Amino acid sequence: MIIYGVAILAFCYIIGQLIGEFLGKLIGVDANVGGVGFAMLLLIFLSDWLHKKGYFDKSTENGILFWNQMYIPIVVAMSAIQNVKVAVSSGLIAILAGIVPVVICLLTIPLLAKLSKNTKPN
Amino acid sequence: MEIIVKFLEKNGLVFAFLVVGLIIYLSGIISDKLTRRKIPASAIAILAGLVIAYFGGVYSGGEKGIADVKIFSGFGMLGGSMFRDFAIVSTAMGASFLVLRRTGWVGALSLFLGIVLSFLGGVSVALIWGYRDTISLTTIGAGACTYIVGPVTGAAIGASSDVIALSIAAGVVKAITVTIGTPFVAKYIGLDNPHTALIYGGLMGTTSGVTAGLAATDPKLVPYGALTATFYTGLGCLACPSILYLLMRFMFGG
Repeated sequence: MIIYGVAILAFCYIIGQLIGEFLGKLIGVDANVGGVGFAMLLLIFLSDWLHKKGYFDKSTENGILFWNQMYIPIVVAMSAIQNVKVAVSSGLIAILAGIVPVVICLLTIPLLAKLSKNTKPN
Repeated sequence: MEIIVKFLEKNGLVFAFLVVGLIIYLSGIISDKLTRRKIPASAIAILAGLVIAYFGGVYSGGEKGIADVKIFSGFGMLGGSMFRDFAIVSTAMGASFLVLRRTGWVGALSLFLGIVLSFLGGVSVALIWGYRDTISLTTIGAGACTYIVGPVTGAAIGASSDVIALSIAAGVVKAITVTIGTPFVAKYIGLDNPHTALIYGGLMGTTSGVTAGLAATDPKLVPYGALTATFYTGLGCLACPSILYLLMRFMFGG
């Protein structure tokens, strides 16, 4: 049933986000630390386990795949609610302080990718 | 007219589904006819979203883009963090655990470098602009991480509200730059595999920018970038007001 897939996704989301909240509290910051990441790992393990047990039929999977497909529309809606006005009107310093770090980090990517590929076992 | 406005306000989420569907449909046509699919439809749709957000903000004077215009208030729900994170988690279904495990240490390294380099980049720009006090420099540097790290740090170390606003603006500019820039630079930085996407997520860190940018580049890469990016804001909120602030005090006094 499709609701089982949605419910499994909701279960992973809630557990993962709660872990993120508690981890934030634990290290004393007012933010969720890795909640989405924990939820994703949980979903990978859980769906794998359910697959092996044979509990994961097509319509259950569709309950998760629906949200997977909704991802880009949600991102479009998300970009439509960003505070673009403040970004545009804050002047050159905000624009540079936003762009310069991006450029620095972009330049680092090929270096890191190469570094990690060289040390990989295979 | 009043009846329609009231009705759309009450059914905001459903109306947002319709409008986003239309935006994506039109973006598909533009991508096909005007760019011969050189720019993916999703990239055009996301860019259209940003433009709409700008006009929404100018029209309403609010902070949440188009969502501050009453009939489009459903965008706040559809594009809010709950639906966004829910959908991001669902993308993990297609992720390979083997790739994730192999990236362990470099993922952590990219997070560390991402925070420190962004911070230093932001501080340098603030220095050039004439800021000299440690608190403002630290807050602007934190804003260069993400638009959440900036105000959290600024509030923690007691920055003035205009500097906090500036740090938020820097973070928003970063998210927008990453969103728009990713599809264009992907080719040149080798961003076409899960491994690089993980590093990319850790270095850039802005969850909205990384996920939107990767969605426009190659949706298959989204879960990998999101996985590392989701740790970034939390770690940034941890590092900026503490260890990085102490280092700044050591260098600039105060």
